[in-house]
Amino acid sequence: MRGKETIVAATETAGTTRRDFLYIATGAMGAVGAAAAVWPFISQLQPDASVLALSSTEVDLSQIQEGQIVTVKWRGKPVFVWNRTAADIEKAKATEISALIDPVARNANLPAEAPATDQNRAAEGEGREKWLVVIGICTHLGCVPIGHMGEFDGWFCPCHGSEYDSAGRVRRGPAPENLAVPPYSFVSDTKISIG
Amino acid sequence: MSGHSTFEPKHPALKWFESRLPLVGLIHSSFVAYPTPRNLNYWWTFGGILSLMLVVQILSGVVLVMHYTPHASMAFDSVEHIMRDVSYGWLLRYMHANGASMFFIAVYIHMFRGLYYGSYKAPREVLWILGCIIYLLMMATGFMGYVLPWGQMSFWGATVITNLFSAFPVVGPTIVEWLWGGFSVDNATLNRFFSLHYLLPFMIAGVVVLHVWALHVVGQNNPTGVEPKSEKDTVPFTPYATIKDGFGMVCFLIFFAWFLFYIPNYLGHADNYIPANPLVTPAHIVPEWYYLPFYAMLRSVPDKLGGVLTMFGAIIVLFFVPWLDTSKVRSARYRPLFKQFFWIWVAVCIGLGWLGSKPAEGGYVIAGRILTIWYFAHFLIILPLLGLFEKPKAVPASITEAVLGKSKGGAPASAGVSAPQTKG
Repeated sequence: MRGKETIVAATETAGTTRRDFLYIATGAMGAVGAAAAVWPFISQLQPDASVLALSSTEVDLSQIQEGQIVTVKWRGKPVFVWNRTAADIEKAKATEISALIDPVARNANLPAEAPATDQNRAAEGEGREKWLVVIGICTHLGCVPIGHMGEFDGWFCPCHGSEYDSAGRVRRGPAPENLAVPPYSFVSDTKISIG
Repeated sequence: MSGHSTFEPKHPALKWFESRLPLVGLIHSSFVAYPTPRNLNYWWTFGGILSLMLVVQILSGVVLVMHYTPHASMAFDSVEHIMRDVSYGWLLRYMHANGASMFFIAVYIHMFRGLYYGSYKAPREVLWILGCIIYLLMMATGFMGYVLPWGQMSFWGATVITNLFSAFPVVGPTIVEWLWGGFSVDNATLNRFFSLHYLLPFMIAGVVVLHVWALHVVGQNNPTGVEPKSEKDTVPFTPYATIKDGFGMVCFLIFFAWFLFYIPNYLGHADNYIPANPLVTPAHIVPEWYYLPFYAMLRSVPDKLGGVLTMFGAIIVLFFVPWLDTSKVRSARYRPLFKQFFWIWVAVCIGLGWLGSKPAEGGYVIAGRILTIWYFAHFLIILPLLGLFEKPKAVPASITEAVLGKSKGGAPASAGVSAPQTKG
C-alpha cells in the first residue's frame, strides 16, 4: 500500500503544490478531450444533410379550387393550403383578438410578437388573403386536425377535441397555440415555396 | 496475491448499498487495491487497450446502426449516406472500420506477449483458452462486419468464406445453404450477418468479463515468469497500473488517430467502394489484413478440405499451447533457444500474412507451404521438444531480486524511491 501513502503525503502538504497543479491540468485536459470525443456522437443525432435537403416544397395553387383544403408534405409534416371563401375570410376578420386563446400570429414570416389578426395569418399581398397556409399539426399533442369541422368552421382535432377557426387560430381547448404558419413565399402568382 | 478488498465505505448511504450489493468493493479490489507485479512492462498495457477498443467499437457501432440499412438493395447507399450526409458520419464509420484493425493489432501484440512470456502456463490455462475464444469471436465479428457495407469485397469475401464450409463432406453444401438462407449470398445472408454482428461484441464483452475474472483469480504473469512471493514483489493497481495503462492507451489512441485522420482507407480495399455485383468477381480477392496468414495457409494446401482444416487447425492449435509447451520455465527471458524459435515463428506469421496478400501462384505457393509447415511444427514439434532438451538460464528467486539485483537486495534503492514522497 505504498501508493496510498504517497498520495496521503501529497495531500497533507500545506498549501497548493505543483502536483495539485498537474492533477488539475491533467484532469482539465482529459475533460476537454472527452468532450471533444463525445461531440460527434451527439452531433450525429441531428437531422442529416439528406433530410435537410428535402426541406422545401413547392405547391401549385392553380389546382386548388375555392373552399378546398389541400394537404402537402413538408419536412415529413402535413401542411394545409386552404383557398378560403369570402365568407370564411369575413368570419375570421370579425373575430376580436380578445376572444382568442392565443393572441399571437405564430407566423414564421412575421416578427414573433405580431398579433393574430386574419391579415397576419393569411398570405401577404394584394388578392392573396384567401390563401391560408398552416402546418397541419395540432399544437396540443401533434395529431392532424380534420378540415371543415367543428364549431368555428376551421379544423377539429379528433384526439382531444381542440377546435380551430377559419384563420387556423385555436378557439377551444386543450391546444395552447394557433396552428403554426410555416415560412413560405410566392414563387409566382400561382405557386408558393414552403421552407 | 490474495487480492482481498480493503475497501470500507465511510458514507452511510454507501455502507447501506455495499451491504446489499458489494459493487464498489469489487471494483476497489479489482482495479484499485489489486496487487500487480512491480516489474510489468508496456507489453502488459494491451489488455487495457483492448478493453478500450471494445468500448470504442461497441459505441461507434451502436451509433452507426442508427443510420445504416441492412438490406441488399440499400446497404451500400446507406453507408455512403453515413459518409456524406450524417453529421460526423465519416468520422464514426472510419473510427469503426479502422478501430477493427486497431483491435486486431492490439490483440496480436497481446497474444505474442502471452506466448513470449509463457502467460498460458499453469495455473493460467483457462485464462489463455478464454482469450482464444475471444479471438475466435473477434474473427467472426470482424468478418461479418466487413460484409455489411455490401461492396464488391464484402460480397465476394462473404461468398468465399461461407463456401469454405462446403468443403466438409456430405453436410457441407447444406451447411452453406443454411448460412446463406438461400442459394447464394443475398439479402437473407446480409440480414443474419447484421444481426450476429450486433450480437457477438456483447458475447465478447461477456467472455472478457470471464477473462478478467480468471486473471484476477490466478494473478498476472510478469516478465520474469516468477510468481510474486511477498508484498515487496507487487504494487497496487491504482495508481501504478492505471497510470501505466492510461499512458499506453493514450499512445495507442495517437496511433489510431493517425490512421483515422490521415490514412483511413489504407487498410481497406478500393473494390469495396463498388456496390456488390453477384455477376462479376473482382480480379483480386483479398480478405482483411488480419486474416491474411490464415488465408495463405488455406491456399497453400492443394486439397479443398485439407486447406480448410489447416486454416481452422492453425487457430485450434492455440488452445492446446499450455500442454504442448513442456518447459517448466515460463518466460522466454530465461529460455535462450525458445527465444530464438519464438522470433522465427513471429517472422513466419508475418511472412504468411505477406504471402496471403499475394496471388496464389509460383514461388508464393511454395513459400506458403514451407511457412505453413513451420507454423505447425513450431507448436507440434518444437515446443514439446524444447521443454525436454533446452537448458534454461538461472531464474531469479523473486521479482524484486530480478528488478533490483541480488547484491542490492532492495535497501539502497529505497532512497531513490522515497524521494518523491518527501517532496510531495
